[in-house]
Amino acid sequence: MRAADALMESLKAEGVTDVFGIPGGANLPIYDAVVDADFRHVQVRHEQGAGHAAEGYARASGKVGVAFATSGPGATNLITAIADAMLDSTPTVFITGQVRTELIGTDGFQEADILGATLPFVKHSFQATDPRQIPEYVHEAFHVASTGRPGPVLLDIPQDLSRADIDYEPRTEPVELPGYKPSLEGNIKQIRIAAKAMANARRPIFYTGGGVINGNAAEELRELAASDRFPVTSTLMGLGGYPASGEHWLGMLGMHGTYTANHAMDKADLIVAIGARFDDRITGKLSEFAPHAKVIHIDVDPAEISKNVGAHIPIVGDVKQVLPKLTREYRALQTDSSRLDEWWATLRGWLREHPLYYEPASDGEIKPQAMIEALHRVAPDAIITSDVGQHQMWAAQYFGFEQPRHWINSGGLGTMGFGLPAAVGAKVACPDQTVVCVAGDGSLIMNVQELATCVSEQIPVKVFLMNNGYMGMVRQWQELFWDRRYSSVVMGSSPDWVKLAEAFGATGLRVDRAEDLEGTMRQALETEGPVLLDVRVTAEENCFPMIPPGEAARDLVEAPGLKGSVGG
Amino acid sequence: MRRVGVVMMEAGTPQLVKLEDLHVPGQLSGRKHILSILVENKPGVLARVAGLFSRRGFNIDTLAVGPTDDPSVSRITLTLDGAVHPIDQVTKQLHKLVNVLKIRDMEPEETVAREMALFKVSSAVENRAEIIQFAEIFRAKIVDVARRTMTIEVTGSADKIEAFERMVRPHGLVEMVRTGEIAIGRGHE
Repeated sequence: MRAADALMESLKAEGVTDVFGIPGGANLPIYDAVVDADFRHVQVRHEQGAGHAAEGYARASGKVGVAFATSGPGATNLITAIADAMLDSTPTVFITGQVRTELIGTDGFQEADILGATLPFVKHSFQATDPRQIPEYVHEAFHVASTGRPGPVLLDIPQDLSRADIDYEPRTEPVELPGYKPSLEGNIKQIRIAAKAMANARRPIFYTGGGVINGNAAEELRELAASDRFPVTSTLMGLGGYPASGEHWLGMLGMHGTYTANHAMDKADLIVAIGARFDDRITGKLSEFAPHAKVIHIDVDPAEISKNVGAHIPIVGDVKQVLPKLTREYRALQTDSSRLDEWWATLRGWLREHPLYYEPASDGEIKPQAMIEALHRVAPDAIITSDVGQHQMWAAQYFGFEQPRHWINSGGLGTMGFGLPAAVGAKVACPDQTVVCVAGDGSLIMNVQELATCVSEQIPVKVFLMNNGYMGMVRQWQELFWDRRYSSVVMGSSPDWVKLAEAFGATGLRVDRAEDLEGTMRQALETEGPVLLDVRVTAEENCFPMIPPGEAARDLVEAPGLKGSVGG
Repeated sequence: MRRVGVVMMEAGTPQLVKLEDLHVPGQLSGRKHILSILVENKPGVLARVAGLFSRRGFNIDTLAVGPTDDPSVSRITLTLDGAVHPIDQVTKQLHKLVNVLKIRDMEPEETVAREMALFKVSSAVENRAEIIQFAEIFRAKIVDVARRTMTIEVTGSADKIEAFERMVRPHGLVEMVRTGEIAIGRGHE
């Protein structure tokens, strides 16, 4: 069998049903095999789009996302998506064509050392040197990408190898890699100590992250939180891991998190970190982070433990396995939950006096926050993807995610242009669900070519563009921290988004009056096919609360106009 | 891997854990560490290890790479300053590389460590005898003699090599080449 066909067979054996990519010279044999392959291939318009679509697919479905690209520029165009998948631990396999073996190292046409270029941000990578390795590497790549802490794996295949003939036999035995053995169970002694520390805590808080989503542990988290009245906050990546309507929910924490969540971390005596990594956007000034707290850190990646913040009780394991054990151990202690009364009185006071707040519009203008609230009213169960910037933060703050895998954004790398291709991937993974990309006008233009993919591949995503005419988050920083010296942040009135959507063959809609907002949103959702809705929002609105860069979490600044606001 | 965190009591006793008794152990050991790393003998593995060090800002003092008794496995021996780098974090990051099979943080008392160095020293007629004497004291070997220079091979601990360097430097050190330390665990009774 031709190795390229064996590649398709081994992908099929891994359960692949959808792939995103673009052909080119070095992966012609692979694309010849795609013709007869048993899965859907989505022809995107730029390799970065293929990469983010694979990520969106993985994040919506929990399956491994797969993208193909050719050598040289095709492969280098994938790099942003690979780095993005690394920082957000997204299980993905990227398969690149490479120039023929004898050309490697000669600076041949469309040659780029993609293996070398991506070394710093792949979980693992392979370059085939023998065609018989190809199916073997596929299985190893899927194993590494999807187990332990998930992440991107690159497989680079020289063109001559994919057209070579090999004996292919489907693999039956599981993959064994001698240097790769994730610990999943969690040390039971450590779990017991953790339970006993939790039982003694008077101001505990659960700080949960993307690991809860990746580890499919939302239910396990709810059970643990319900084993006592444990308050729960989450990172941007963990939203939906605990329902926003849940009674222990404090809102998101971090740079644009709630007053309550950030102050609860600041005053806590015990932080239970669950699949979260103490990123700088969470801790603020590290030396002043959570000064009173002891830390229980549960993570499948041992290197995250004590990396940024020292862990008093480390537990290395898969959250899905560890949390039920911790719940059992905790329940067995039969603690008196009245010790948390005082803590909850404080928390409830903060929640009451320091809610998320924005000045309502007076003149029919659409406030960006109101746009997200309206979106929640018209599509509460939608999968929301987003780009990066103010709109992302407002979506995170105001949508109120109830379920895991319904919030797909670029958290770690902060990749503008992520939202539309990620929505393409999410919609391919979940065709029966409404998928809305909340976009920013600065971001959307960066991968807008994927509207063509939506049209030609009939992928009916809805793009709700929060259009303020600025690269809004950069403008906000320039306003607040750079003396309002606006530098290269004005997006102007170009393009005409409605016409642009129409030019691609999608439906374009526009709304600029608050009273028309919900109606137009509904129209967009009900219109068949891909739709771009241009929502004209307040131009110079700032996103609050905000921890100023480099400052402590307790120094977060609240929205001006909030009654009783003590921020600043 | 060294266990971080504190065990204050028998696990399984009903007694609770007092939060004030919990401590995070210090991250910096304050001494030199020799890491002996077994890796798969595959292309690009050294680049992965070296890349990880540069990316995470870990400074390698010495590095030696060579085959082992198993042809599919290579050994990377490197030394690091534990006063600057949290060794635990370094080894945990290294373990994440799929091609890394095993890491030993060599205990100084239970380790034999050796390094080899070649010194090319200027040797005029009048100081030749003295240099030869140094070589004898250090159990070094003279491996090459030319009209104006002598080349001496020294094997031993890094301290010994540094001591020899101090001795010959005043005579004019033309060039020095060091291999970086390699280490092996001492045999047990």
